Amino acid sequence: MRVRQIAVAAAAAALALTAAGCGSDTEAPGGSEAKSVLQKAKESKKLVIGVKFDQPALGLKKPDGTVEGFDVDVAKYVAKELGVPESGVEFKETTSANREAFIQSGQVDLVFATYSITDERKQKVTFGGPYYVAHQDTLVRADDNSIKKAQDLKDKKLCKAAGSNSYKRVIDPPPDGQLDIDATPVDASSYSECVAKLKNKALDAVTTDDLILAGFANQQKGTFKVVSDPFSDEKYGVGMKKGDTETCNAVNAAVTKMFEDGTAKTLLEKHFDGTGLKLDFEVPKAEGCA
Amino acid sequence: MGEIFDFSPIFESFDRVWAGFQSTIQLSVASAILSLVLGTILVAMRVAPIPLLRAAGTIYVNAVRNTPLTLVLLFSSLAISDTLHIVVSDVPRTNYYWFGVFGLSAYTACFVCEVLRSGINTVPLGQAEAARSIGLTFAQSLRIIILPQAFRTVIAPLGSVFIAMIKNTTVVIVASYAEAAAIMKDLFEDYSASLGIFIGFAIGFMVLTLPTGYFFGWLAKRLAVAR
Repeated sequence: MRVRQIAVAAAAAALALTAAGCGSDTEAPGGSEAKSVLQKAKESKKLVIGVKFDQPALGLKKPDGTVEGFDVDVAKYVAKELGVPESGVEFKETTSANREAFIQSGQVDLVFATYSITDERKQKVTFGGPYYVAHQDTLVRADDNSIKKAQDLKDKKLCKAAGSNSYKRVIDPPPDGQLDIDATPVDASSYSECVAKLKNKALDAVTTDDLILAGFANQQKGTFKVVSDPFSDEKYGVGMKKGDTETCNAVNAAVTKMFEDGTAKTLLEKHFDGTGLKLDFEVPKAEGCA
Repeated sequence: MGEIFDFSPIFESFDRVWAGFQSTIQLSVASAILSLVLGTILVAMRVAPIPLLRAAGTIYVNAVRNTPLTLVLLFSSLAISDTLHIVVSDVPRTNYYWFGVFGLSAYTACFVCEVLRSGINTVPLGQAEAARSIGLTFAQSLRIIILPQAFRTVIAPLGSVFIAMIKNTTVVIVASYAEAAAIMKDLFEDYSASLGIFIGFAIGFMVLTLPTGYFFGWLAKRLAVAR
């Protein structure tokens, strides 16, 4: 008897789950009920924004629970322009792997998380911005003079962080990669581990977006330097639900305003001054809301 | 729904997925052998008549078994290899493979040791006494009389230890050796995380662990000690 009750309950739960799954599937892509993020922001004065929690100078959670960084500051500025005060912004951690899933399921309204605009991702989410164009660069130890440009990476040990394909651009030839340099990849679980290994000479270089590298260089001043030989453009966009053109246009207006009123320059200097990185204070060319 | 259960990323990058599982298998096989050897040495220490050996064995097992595997592996690669600059090979991937194996074996050996010790407890005391009375030394009685019987009684639980170990290889990325789980993270980055990729890798691991379980079950039945 008991067993049967449990079985019935399990079956009911399974049914509810599948029903919920189907429901969200039909509603999600721009259903008539769905409100745009802009409308939600104006009505409720609240936004849930996805940022990284582990990226120094971009999105980093501090022991007191607050988050700080360039992405976070840009998010606050854009939120204000959309009519949401700083107190109405809730920051939620998004990682590289779950950004699309969080946007599609509506767990976050907007994502500011070193989110490069790519053609593959455009098929799943709509991008506002870009609010900054980062370039892939290389981080080395401050006392290492053997690597002055990307080509010097030949036969050097290069970090390959799990879940990131930055190393491919150095090692592989096009179309998957770019430079086709014969460097030795060394696996690591994350970029923070790459940096730890760089510090104790287990590897020679870490390559990824210059803003991320500058963040690490800033965290441990004097230990590392950015080589400043940029290749590739990484357009940092604002991720939102596919098809939310209304919000996307509002975000683009906010980003343009941020550069025109000088806020962008202040924020960039606040987070990246003194890292040897050449900063760009021009409004990045908008991608258009598709 | 269709998009969630999309298995195409697994097939599109099948060579990478296969390479990842090959790394997992290589890790598992080497760690299984090494942890079996280490575990046997440890259990010999724990039942030895010399108090110092017994204490050393007990301290090792209790210290390592109660430390998270992530920390054991980090210690193995970051502390021993990177900081102290002790390297097995100049090729980073080979080097970290071995430090991954060392870390995983050091951890798994504790469980092997405890399983074997429970096996030794099933061998009737009279057998040890008989062995001693015909003049066998401690090492001889352990090797010829006690351990062979102990091994045969604990084959099934040893299987469980090895299944757990195969799944534990997914942590080895912290020791800088990329295996199947790290490849899964790469696929998440390339295709964005989807249930299809996740289920694909879960099936991959079951292909490794299910036969292991059946094999040990079969072996246990075949070699059971009739008492």
